[in-house]
Amino acid sequence: MQNLNVLSAQWVAPTVDYHGLAPELVVAGGLCLVLILDLFIDERKKWLLSIISSFTLLAAMIPIITLALSETSVRSMFGDRYVVDNFSLVMKGVFLLAGYVVVLLSSSHVEEGEYWRGEYWFLLLSSLLGMLMMTSSRDLVSIFVALEFLSIPAYMLAAWRKRDPKSNEAGVKYFMLGVFASAVMLYGMSLLYGVTNSTLLVDIAATTTATGDFAAVQVLAVVFVIVGFAFKVSAVPFHTWAPDTYEGAPAPVTAFLSVASKAAGFVALVVLIYTAFPLAQDTWQPFIWVLSALTMTVGNVLALKQKNIVRMIAYSSISQGGFVLMPLAVAGMAGSGSSALRSVVLYMIIYAATNLGVFGVILAVSRKTRSGEVSSFGGLFSYAPTLGVLMTLFLASLAGIPPLGGWIAKFAAFQSLIQSQSTWGYALAVIGAVNSVIAFGYYGNVMREIWMRPVPDGDTTPIQIPGSLSLALGITSVATLTFGVLPGVALHFADLAEIAGAIIR
Amino acid sequence: MNMLRDNNWVLSVGTFLPVLGVVVMMLMPKAQDQAVKFVALVTSIATLAVGIFTAMNFDFNQAEKMQFVAETKWISVIKSSYLIGVDGISLPLYLLSMVITLLVVIYSLDHLPNPGKPKAFFSLLLVLQTGMAGTFIAQDLILFFVFFELVLLPMFFLIGVWGGEQRQYASIKFFLYTMFGSALMLVAFLALFFKTGAESFSIPYLIENGGSIAKNVQIWIFAGMFVGFAVKVPMFPFHTWLPDAHTQAPTQGSVILAAVLLKLGTYGFVRIALPILPIAAREWAPYIGGLAVIGIIYGALGCLAQSDMKRLIAFSSVAHMGFVMLGISTLTSFGINAAMFGMVAHGLITGMLFFIAGSVKERYHTLEISKIGGMLTQMPRLGWIFGFCCMASLGLPGLAGFWGEFPAILSTYNPAAGLNVTVYRVFMVIAALGTVLAAAYLLWLYQRIAFGTPKNNSHDEHSAQEELHDVTTLEWLAWSPLLIGILVLGIMPNLLFSVFDPAVQVTLSVFGG
Repeated sequence: MQNLNVLSAQWVAPTVDYHGLAPELVVAGGLCLVLILDLFIDERKKWLLSIISSFTLLAAMIPIITLALSETSVRSMFGDRYVVDNFSLVMKGVFLLAGYVVVLLSSSHVEEGEYWRGEYWFLLLSSLLGMLMMTSSRDLVSIFVALEFLSIPAYMLAAWRKRDPKSNEAGVKYFMLGVFASAVMLYGMSLLYGVTNSTLLVDIAATTTATGDFAAVQVLAVVFVIVGFAFKVSAVPFHTWAPDTYEGAPAPVTAFLSVASKAAGFVALVVLIYTAFPLAQDTWQPFIWVLSALTMTVGNVLALKQKNIVRMIAYSSISQGGFVLMPLAVAGMAGSGSSALRSVVLYMIIYAATNLGVFGVILAVSRKTRSGEVSSFGGLFSYAPTLGVLMTLFLASLAGIPPLGGWIAKFAAFQSLIQSQSTWGYALAVIGAVNSVIAFGYYGNVMREIWMRPVPDGDTTPIQIPGSLSLALGITSVATLTFGVLPGVALHFADLAEIAGAIIR
Repeated sequence: MNMLRDNNWVLSVGTFLPVLGVVVMMLMPKAQDQAVKFVALVTSIATLAVGIFTAMNFDFNQAEKMQFVAETKWISVIKSSYLIGVDGISLPLYLLSMVITLLVVIYSLDHLPNPGKPKAFFSLLLVLQTGMAGTFIAQDLILFFVFFELVLLPMFFLIGVWGGEQRQYASIKFFLYTMFGSALMLVAFLALFFKTGAESFSIPYLIENGGSIAKNVQIWIFAGMFVGFAVKVPMFPFHTWLPDAHTQAPTQGSVILAAVLLKLGTYGFVRIALPILPIAAREWAPYIGGLAVIGIIYGALGCLAQSDMKRLIAFSSVAHMGFVMLGISTLTSFGINAAMFGMVAHGLITGMLFFIAGSVKERYHTLEISKIGGMLTQMPRLGWIFGFCCMASLGLPGLAGFWGEFPAILSTYNPAAGLNVTVYRVFMVIAALGTVLAAAYLLWLYQRIAFGTPKNNSHDEHSAQEELHDVTTLEWLAWSPLLIGILVLGIMPNLLFSVFDPAVQVTLSVFGG
């Protein structure tokens, strides 16, 4: 009945909490500035745009810190449809810092290519803005808007090298499958709205139990919505776009897609699971269990065969996604809910640092070798020992070997599985354990190239690393090591990340 | 549990000092090879000095208590803390790792394997040392796990970069095997944590509370740990990485692998698996004993079939670690004391044998037994040292090897209450046969290599023209501590037994007697 009155009701302007929206506003301001300046400044001064982009992202960190320190822990706007809670603050921080590192990775790459620089920074910032919005969205509509906001610029970024057919293929594939996923998800959302009569997640939670009347429709709706995000996080069997897109897109864009865009998908998934479907756990738990087991296994096995380093990292990132999903498969069980949430956030923080580092080294090495083959890393240690050691550290972290960041991320995921004390949890933990061993097969293969193989063409001139790239490598390697030796640093933030209004058992 | 907290800085300093050395080396400019060696030497001497200081301040009258205990918050969210300490079981192994690392560094000063790169080589050695020492002092399962894994990457690179022909295969095989074990071990640790009330990962706490876990759950958790530790030991049938890793590793890698790394597995059984899960241990013990005797016989037969000297010594490790595991499987203080002694003795003796193998390879340019002969006439000193080590390895009374092997066999005569006596007496007979085989393969090896007339390797002109030089000064320096240790421990085994015994008694108290 309420809905019929909407048209006759008087429109009241919503109160906007400008402090709460400040990070988004800063980024929005920055991207407008980049867009306008690009039209007016001289071609030789366009490097300014990358500086402006990076400062925009750093400036947006300031309100994040003030918000974190402010008395109000949860700020909700627009009738609880847009919420700034600790979870969203932590994830916004991750997106901004990851975005900053991506800007550092991109700047020399963008300067040296003959492409459109202004648009690059504009698209990157737009996509990041979408991610910031995603962390706070607590309504089907705002989630969808945020998702499109972050995806559409990303489609264009993937096809950014427009004279390269592979890059075009990357963009088109990503676009087609992305749109298909959106359509599936929208269909699921429409079913949800039909059953629950609301788009607000907390309202949906109360009625979505996947039992009683409309049980079948509810199950379908939950599964469709999750499938939509399974595309985004490239979970098997919805992963087929990822390898081609990652290989064809410019390397910094691939870094961005495999870290930030993927994390955004997980953010939405987590928010939906904890605030919209907490009572339908019998539907999504088995579904995510299967997705997780398939994702890590298939990703790993396919990664073993790859000869191209970026393709290998693409499959590796698919398989890492399986590890992130792992704790969610028991997130509805008593006692596991909060540790599963912590473990997902922790995994995303550490994975972001490590994977961006991997791309930093790939970018640096490809500047010299002009090749994407794994074998182009041959003998890296003999002529660029620093890069060799860094790559070894990053790969070891991805493989989960102490004392590098990755181990605590995997550990936390295992911990939450076993905390459920259920057969399903134990079984998935064993599958995960076996997979973490298989993964070393390909990570170790790259290490072997770096340390034990000769330089392929005998060219041992040292690699010149631009300043911004060194800074990116410095940030990511320090983070990877610190998180591994003092896991408390990362766990502190992961533990803070509570979703307001979530039902956690 | 009683803990002494005096001087609680020494363990941390002793463990992390090598990392400081690595940092110094990293900061040094390129091509300063001599300076790098100097830093490595100074660091390992300083580390051992801290170790000796630890031993001097260790209260041997209270060897059953954890001493120098330090506890700091580490990962409070998952209830894991930085809890370290040593007792009579871990102190000798802790010191062994420091001694071996120093000797390996001394040996490497003029035996750096191809392709050189001293900075990377010594850095990895020192990181390895931190991992080994840390494993022996960790009193928290997560801390233990981190140190246990810390040794993997350095060893992977030592084998893979500085190893022999098949080094890349061997290194990845080593890594995958161990990682598989430790992944399951970690799952087992987590299950243990939650089954004891999710309170703490500290080993003393878990020893107090682990016994109350239901029997069938204990058995499964033990299974996870068993795989983790058994791969490291290595026990039959998880041993296949060992011959490859040993054969392909550079001398330094083989020595550390044999002397210390293998002990991480057996130490894990004694420190973690048995006391925390006593009921499961009793269920598993006969199977462990069975696999141990299979390992003894299999290792010995493997030795008899080898034509490569280094591979032969590697297989002998499988047999010797079989004796150690047999001792552990009796669950008696007698057996575990023997096992602990066996660990140290095997560390000294097999470490020494691998040093000799390295020097033989350097001089003859081959390890094929059939191509070497008459070592006693060509290089009498090396020949005698080799003979001494072979005797020690086959368990000659009066040398260290005897005190690991003989009591282990003896202990199986009377296993702990609740274990099937008949089964263990069968084990005893088989293990005794194993010592005969050990004598056979070691004496045969010695006969072929040291006796007879020197083989003329004229097809290899380089080696024919080169003068075979006997043991060098640096080799003496690196080897004599091991040789003295083998002799002294052989004559006065009580030096070690008196340290182990109180701690072993406490460890076994969970078995109720």
